[in-house]
This record gives sequence, structure tokens and C-alpha cells, in this order.
Amino acid sequence: MIQSDLAVILPEIVIAVYAMLALIGAVYTAKDGLASLLVWTTAGLFTLVALWIATSGSTTTEAFGGMFINDGFARFSKVMILISAAAVLVMSQEYMARRGILRFEYPILIALSAVGMMMMVSAGDLMSLYMGLELQSLALYVVASLRRDSAISTEAGLKYFVLGALSSGLLLYGASLTYGFAGTTLFSGIIEAAGEGQASLGLLFGLVFMAAGLAFKVSAVPFHMWTPDVYEGSPTPVTAFFATAPKVAAMAMFARLMFEAFGGVVGDWQQVVAMLSVLSMFLGAVAAIGQTNIKRLMAYSSIAHMGYALMGLAAGTQFGVQALLIYMAIYVTMNVGTFAFILSMERDGQPVTDIASLNMFSKVEPGRALAMLVLLFSLAGVPPLVGFFGKLYVLRAAYEGGLAWLAIAGVIASVIGAFYYLRIVFFMYFGEERDDTLDAGTSPVLYGFLSLSAIAMVVGVINLFGIEGAAAAAAATLVP
Amino acid sequence: METIILFAPLVGALIAGFGWRITGERAAMWITTGLLFLACAFSWIVFLTHDGVTEQIQIMRWIESGTLSTDWSIRLDRLTAIMLIVVTTVSALVHLYSMGYMDHDANFKEGEVYKPRFFAYLSFFTFAMLMLVTSDNLVQMFFGWEGVGVASYLLIGFYYKKPSANAAAMKAFIVNRVGDFGFALGIFGLFFLVDSVRLDDIFAAAPEIAETQLTFLWTEWNAANLIAFLLFVGAMGKSAQLILHTWLPDAMEGPTPVSALIHAATMVTAGVFLVCRMSPLMEFAPEAMAFVTFLGATTAFFAATVGLVQNDIKRVIAYSTCSQLGYMFVAAGVGVYSVAMFHLFTHAFFKAMLFLGAGSVIHGMHHEQDMRNYGGLRKKLPYTFWAMMIGTLAITGVGIPLTGWIGFAGFASKDAVIESAYVGSQGGYAFWMLVIAALFTSFYSWRLIFLTFFGEARGDKHTHEHAHESPTVMLVPLGVLAVGSVLAGAIWYSSFFGKTNEVVKFFGGEYTEPAPELVEAVAERSPKASELHYVMASAPGEAAIYIAPENTVLHEAHYVPTWVKLSPFVAMLIGLGVAYLFYIVNPALPRQLAESQRPLYLFLLNKWYFDEIYDFLFVRSAKALGRFLWKRGDGATIDGAIDGLSMGVVPFFTRLAGRAQSGYIFTYAFAMVVGIAVLITWMTLFGGAR
Repeated sequence: MIQSDLAVILPEIVIAVYAMLALIGAVYTAKDGLASLLVWTTAGLFTLVALWIATSGSTTTEAFGGMFINDGFARFSKVMILISAAAVLVMSQEYMARRGILRFEYPILIALSAVGMMMMVSAGDLMSLYMGLELQSLALYVVASLRRDSAISTEAGLKYFVLGALSSGLLLYGASLTYGFAGTTLFSGIIEAAGEGQASLGLLFGLVFMAAGLAFKVSAVPFHMWTPDVYEGSPTPVTAFFATAPKVAAMAMFARLMFEAFGGVVGDWQQVVAMLSVLSMFLGAVAAIGQTNIKRLMAYSSIAHMGYALMGLAAGTQFGVQALLIYMAIYVTMNVGTFAFILSMERDGQPVTDIASLNMFSKVEPGRALAMLVLLFSLAGVPPLVGFFGKLYVLRAAYEGGLAWLAIAGVIASVIGAFYYLRIVFFMYFGEERDDTLDAGTSPVLYGFLSLSAIAMVVGVINLFGIEGAAAAAAATLVP
Repeated sequence: METIILFAPLVGALIAGFGWRITGERAAMWITTGLLFLACAFSWIVFLTHDGVTEQIQIMRWIESGTLSTDWSIRLDRLTAIMLIVVTTVSALVHLYSMGYMDHDANFKEGEVYKPRFFAYLSFFTFAMLMLVTSDNLVQMFFGWEGVGVASYLLIGFYYKKPSANAAAMKAFIVNRVGDFGFALGIFGLFFLVDSVRLDDIFAAAPEIAETQLTFLWTEWNAANLIAFLLFVGAMGKSAQLILHTWLPDAMEGPTPVSALIHAATMVTAGVFLVCRMSPLMEFAPEAMAFVTFLGATTAFFAATVGLVQNDIKRVIAYSTCSQLGYMFVAAGVGVYSVAMFHLFTHAFFKAMLFLGAGSVIHGMHHEQDMRNYGGLRKKLPYTFWAMMIGTLAITGVGIPLTGWIGFAGFASKDAVIESAYVGSQGGYAFWMLVIAALFTSFYSWRLIFLTFFGEARGDKHTHEHAHESPTVMLVPLGVLAVGSVLAGAIWYSSFFGKTNEVVKFFGGEYTEPAPELVEAVAERSPKASELHYVMASAPGEAAIYIAPENTVLHEAHYVPTWVKLSPFVAMLIGLGVAYLFYIVNPALPRQLAESQRPLYLFLLNKWYFDEIYDFLFVRSAKALGRFLWKRGDGATIDGAIDGLSMGVVPFFTRLAGRAQSGYIFTYAFAMVVGIAVLITWMTLFGGAR
């Protein structure tokens, strides 16, 4: 019995055991001297586990009485999480080493948060959901303040922690309300208690509170306010991490909770999710215009993007979930590339995050400027780049789900949002000449990720690398 | 072989257009010219060996969508064969001629490469024109139709540094759009009725279409008449018939070889070709054909009157072309498609020659085009003079009266048109218009000759001193065309305008004995023509042209009264006499006449004020509307709203969002709490809990 349960969660166990062994091993040996090695081994392990999960068949299995579900949806999300986490780890190694903040705890904490995220996307019970969420969050609170001697970094970590605790509180309150009215914490039980059509008011309160808690994790408006400060304050590699894997995990968990526990009362939560979506899209677009720091800008950018992803969820259909997964996959790919660029922005060896420093960057490094241009156009959703197709999918899902107004709002917001992306392009290509231009990038790893991501944005238009079919299959396991 | 004819010009165009950097300038010119001569030789072989049976040569499957199935294939029948030789012969000669004419063009600076481009355009035009005439379905024909339109646009505007050339190119393109709209509607209508765009299907369905009623613009129409009219609107645009004719004179801004090829011999006759090609349909549309006859006759008259007073040598010929196209449409309109094609065929030779001759004069006179500055050039340009003389003898229709065919090319075909018009219009409007036009034609053609080659040298003395005969490459085409202008009428007279059985056989049809009632009816109408032996027996679409059995105009035209047969000849003599009087005997007379009849003179000089009326009605109003939509609509309303939003509203919210981001945790927590309160309220009030 317990053996078959353990077999289901074997990938999680492998990473968790690895994290603990690595912690013990590093503490008793060279400590930070091992950090670089650990980064690479962790990234390698992530990749291997991702491959393992990707090729582990297409059955749906449950463990621990339904508290843990391993289905196509979970596997799709896990592969995305692990690959993006591995990518960010590899990108951060050199950056952190050169600035002396490459602690050996960093890869271990990332590994633990990855376990948490895998738990989140597989959760089939409110308790396992909370467990995964907290494991992930606690690890992230720590890495946010990794630069212990920097006030802004510790401030970021503290803000994230306090507000995260608040959101956990909201989530727990919602969970207990749900338990109170449904009599169970299992999703399969809740969906029965909620019934078809309309849920009881108590369950709906529980739903809204849990949605608020999850909205905090995906940084949807109005639970987004931590995002710019934390993105700005954290070391850039950590920001890159925040912008990718945890977003996928939280979004996947959001979708699973909504469909598996409240799939019968789609009409009830559709309005709430649509509201979060439209607010996020507009605030992300409008507020980013005023930013001068590229990390803060990316924070608002990710808020806006989460709004689009939520649009797919708000559609409340299988196609909507497919659109959500495709959007997240494209979003993660674009962000990895963009942060590879941001990580390589430096002057005299010091990191620079001021957008104005990009003036006439095309003269300094035409290749990187071009790659960034492609990524920015893709982020803005300009056809024919892949980012456009991501938007197209969610817009279609919303329209077909009967939310035409949301789709129209999405288009308007994307027009506003295009401004700040294109402004960076403007600076890079038509800005004013300045003396203090950025240094030429030195890291081949960052250059590699940047150009790979940019090329993917162009080449991917052919068939989106087949992600369409995989996402459709994954969505089919969640929404029958 | 047909495929080679069709694609040789395209290959030439591609090599010259894109490959001249590799092949070099001279090679590009020789390759295009050589390929055209190859196509020309093959065309003659095809024409002379063609037995009249319609062939279809498929090149590829082109468009398949729903019930629309369009092949790209060559339809080879007599009409196509005629057009093939017309197009490739004139085009090959014009290519050759252009080698001399386009050498050292003052419109381009030293070192600028423009010749390969010119030859590429010429070859591309030829390809498009061949596409048009070989098409087996209307979509393919439309492709060629638009292709020649593009080529015409490019070539009229070849001197793109001259604003007037650009304006003329745009005018040609835009005016043609109006016609093309009609043509496209006609194609849509046919597809709607027949569910096919293939000519075979359409022709087979023609009798049925004639029985159909169609609602269009809130009115019931006979489908055949409506479709025939719409197709004719397309033909009006391309063939510069009245109302849509204004672009043709302006198109003379292009280099003269272009005028000869496109605006005299080939493209402008596409409309006539279209009407003849659609003859199986046209035969069932009597009202539409009456309109064609009327408009053709009016155009012939109108253009001839304007041609009387023009001073630019090319404009005179341009109006002459316009007028001659009117003749062709009259012939087609009264139902003698073979005669329309006959005049098209002979006209191609003598009009191309007149243009090339005019080009030779212009070349020799250092790009002076005003005839008032010519005079006495006979000695300086002897070959050109004789070529122009032959062209003029052909266009004015010099020949031995009452023989029918012994004479220059224009004599045979033009008299055939006028005699047919007499029968078709029962001696009415169309006939008289054409006879008067013939008089005017004679006058302005001789006026051109007298002003250019006779009398005193006028204008810039220096230019006259340096006037020189053109090089051989320009004179050879003139010679070849001269042969055609002399002989084309006589040789093919019986094929185009012989006995009904000869004509039907030439166009690949079957003939049979007429019904007795029909013979009686004809005999009653015109006793002289009582010996009706044959009528066409082929069903619509089986032969290249279709002549309904009841349509006996071709037969009756041979038996018109003698005075009718003599009338064009007399008109020609009067025109010649008046021109001789005005420009040789007493050169002061024209001025006096112009002074005394000043309003009429101005009316003609200003081309009946068509351009002014159009400018007022369409150009200005369109521009005013455009300016309104641009300034008020786009500028003030749309841009204003967007600017207002993006410069005012969005930044306001940006500032607001920035201010909300205070950096204090309590603000953030407060926002979250407010957020959840709003969500709960929203849910309770409007969500599922309601």
C-alpha cells in the first residue's frame, strides 16, 4: 500500500532526498566552495527528472487516498517547472559567483521549492495543496533575501514573507470554510458537496478566500503589490526564478483547485477570475509605463501576463486550460530569455537595471540587441512571433467561453502594454548616444539562453514545437 | 509550342528584370528580344497550321475551392491564334525598335541603368497579354487583364522622374479600376449563374442564361444582357471607350514604343477581344449589343473630332486609336465578330507602324512632339516618311472602291466595318457616325503627314538642322509592319469577311443550310441579299466565335447599296482634299477657321471637356471626401482620441498606480484586504450566489 503510494511520488522523493543529502554534505565539507558544483548538479538533476516525468507514460495515478494526483496536467506543469528552474539555475551561477552571493544553500533551497511546486500541481486535497504551497514559499522567502548584507534585498524578503503569511492566512481561512461546508478536504469530495450549477454561500466564501490566496501567488491584482518591490530587491537571478517556475506552479494549482474542487460551479468563480484577469492586464500595462527600472518593469509585465493566463482559466473550458498551459509555456520561455539579457546588463562589472542605460545598445552589441528586440516584440504579442499565438489562444478561449468583453479588454490592454516593451526597443535602436554605455556581455551561457529563446520565438511559429498537442492532452486530464 | 510562346516572354522578363547584373545590360536586351522573336516565329507557325478546332492545353491546376475549380490552361482556337500573332509580332518588333529608341534617353542620367528594366516590363507585358488571350477561363483572363494593367502602369510611368508621367500612369490605372470592377462583377455574375468560370461551361449555358432573370441593384434584369453589359464595362475601360477613355491620351507620356505596343496594337484591343471571345453570350444579349454599337459609334466619332485639332503628334494617333477601337466595337456590336477581329488585326499593323513612325520622327527631332514645330521633314527622314505614308494610306482606307479587298489593310477592314454597320443599324446612327469619323480620320491623318513632312520647316532651327534618320534597328520594324499594313487586308479578306461559310470555317465552326423562313425574311428585308446559302451550325462555344443562325449581318453586308460601299471612300477623299487645302495650299486657313469658330475649336481642343468634368465630379469630390476623412475623421477624431487616451488618461493611471505602490507593507496588506472585500461583495451581489 505505502509502497505504491511512494512509487507515485518517487520524483519528488528523489529531489527532496537529494536536497537533504546535499545540505548535509555541503555543511560538513567545503560549504560555499561546493556551491557552483551544487548549482550544476541540481540543474542536471532537474533536467533528468523532467525527462523522466515527461517519458513516464500517460496514466493517471493517485496516492495517499487521492491527496496526490499524478496526471497529464501535473506532469506537463512539472516538466515546465523543472526545466525553467534548471535554466534559471544555470543562468545564475556565474552572476552570483562574481558577486560573492553564491551560497551553497541557494541551489538546495531552489530544489526544495521545486519539490513544493511539484507537490502543488499534484495536490488533490486542500492539505497537500497547503503543504506544497508553504514548502515552496518558505524556500522562496529565504532566497529573496539571499543577499543578507543588502538592505533592499532583506527588505524584499521580509515584505514577501509578511504578505505571504497574510495570503496564507486568507487561503487557510478559505480552506477551513470549505471544509466546514463540504465536510472534507479532498477535491473529489468538495466537488460533490458543491454540486452542479450553484454552490452554497459558505462554500463560495471559501472559494473566494482561497482564490485570493492563490491570486497572491500568481501576483494578480489586487494581490500583486509585493511583486515590484520583491522583484526589484531580490538578486536578479532570484527575480528570474520568481518570474518563471513559481508562476507556473501557482497557476497550475489555481486551475486544478478550480476545476477539480469547483468544476461543477464554473459560473460562480468565472466572474471572479475574469475580474482578477482584467484588473491584472490593465494594471500591469498601465503601471509598467512609469517604470525606469527594468526589473520593476518585468514585475509589472509578469502581472499583465498573469492576467492573460487567467483569461484562459476564466473561460472555464478544456480549451481554456489548454490555452493557459500554452500561454504559460510561452511566457516562461520568453522570460528566461529576457532575464538572460537582464542578467548580462552591467557596466564596469556592476549590474545595471536602469532602462535608460540601454540607449543605443544596438551599437554596442547588435546581436544581443536584436535578440532582445525579438523577445520584446514577442512579449508585446506582435505577430508573427510566438508571443502573439499565446495571446491568440487565450483570447480565443475567452471568446468561445462567452467572455467576449474580456477578450476585447485583453486586446486593449495589450495595445497599452505594447508601449513599454517597444519603448525599450526604441531606446536600443533610436535612443540618444551616451558615454556610459553598457559593457559587452561576456557570459556564453547567458548569450546562449538569450539567443535560444529568441530563436524559439521565431521558429516556434511553425508548430509551437508541438506544445499544442501536449497541452491539449494535459488539459483533457483536468477537464474531462 | 504554345507553352513556349506563353512562357518565353516571362523568362525574358525575369532574366532582364532580376538578372541583368549578371548578364549585363546588352545581353538582357538581346535575350528578351530574342525570346520574343522565338515566340513570334512559333506563333506564326501555330496560326498557319491551326485547323480551327479548339484545343485545350493544361498547364497546371490552379485554384480549387469549393465548387470553384480553375485550371491554368491554354485555349487555342482561331481567336487565340489571331491574337498570338498580333501580340508577339508587334511585341517582337517593338523590342527590336526599342533598342534604338531607348538608347541615350535624356530622362535618365549618364550611368543610370534603365534599359533592362524597360525590356523586362515590355516582356512582362507581353506575357500578361498572352495570358489574357490564351485563357481558358475567366479567372485566368482576369489575371492577364490585371497583369497588362500593371505593365501598362509601369510603362506609362517609366519616366518616373516626370510628375506628368506618374500622374498619367495613375490615371490609367485608376480609370481602368472602374472598368475592371464591371468586369469582375460580370465574372461573379457568371459564376453565380453557371457555378463555373470555365469558358466551355459558360458558353454551353449561354442559351439558358438568356432565359434567366437576375435581380441586381433592386431591379430585374435579363441575365444575359446584364452580364454582357458588365463585361462590356470592363472592355470599355481597357479599350478606352467613351466615358472611360480619358486615360488613353494621357498614356502617351510613356515612351513611344510602349504607345505602339500597348496603347495601339495590343492591350487596348483586349476589350474587343473580350467581346468577341464572349460572342456566344453576346449573341443572346441584343440590348447590350445595341449599347455596344451605340457607344462604339459615338466613341469613333468623338475621338475623331478631337483628333482634328490636336497638335501633339502622339496625341493625334492616340485619339485615332480610340476612334478605331470604336469601329471595332461597332462591328462586334452588330454581330460580325469576325470583322471586329479583322479590323483589330489590320489596325495592329498600321497603328503600330504609325506610332513607331511617330517615334522615329520624335527620335530624329530630339524629342520634339509638337507638329507645329515640324514641317518639311520628308527629305531628312525619307524612310520614316514612306513608312508613315503607308500607315496613313492604310488607316484612311485607300483602295480600289467596289472591289472590297484590293487596297491597303485598313481599306478592307474599315469598309467591312462600315458596311456591316449599315446593315446592323439599318442605315442609322452607327453607320453615319462611322462615315463621318472616316472623313475626320482622313483629315487628321493627312494633316499629320502634311504638317510633319511637307511645307516649310517650322520651330527651332537648330533642331531641324540636326534632324536625322533613325538607326536600322528602328527602321526594320517599320519595314516589316509596312508589309503587314499593305497586305494583311487583302490576304485575309475572305477569312474574316468572306462568305458566311468561309468565315465560319476559318473560325473552326460548322455551317449548314438556313431555314426557309429565315431566307424569306432576309430576302424581304434586303432583296439583293436573297441568296442566303449558309448559316452557322455550331452550338455556342464549339467554334472560336458564335454567330446565331438568325444573325445574317455578315451575309447582308456584302449586298449593301453601292452608295454605301462608296461612302467611306468618298469620305476619305473629302478628308484628304480638305487637309490638302488647309495645310498645303493655304496654311492660313486653319487659323482663320479656328478664329471664326472659336467655341467649337476650344471644345474640341479641350477634348469635349471630359477631363474637366471628371475632375470636378469625381477627382475633386473624392479628394474632398478623402481630406475630410483624413483631417476630421482620422486626424481629429481617431488620432485625437488615441492621443488623448495615451497622453492623458493612461499616464494618469500610471501615476496613480505609482502612488499606490508606496513601499509600505500596510498599504499592500490593505490593498489585499480591500481586494478580498470587493471580490466577496461582487460575488455575493452579482456572482453565482445571487
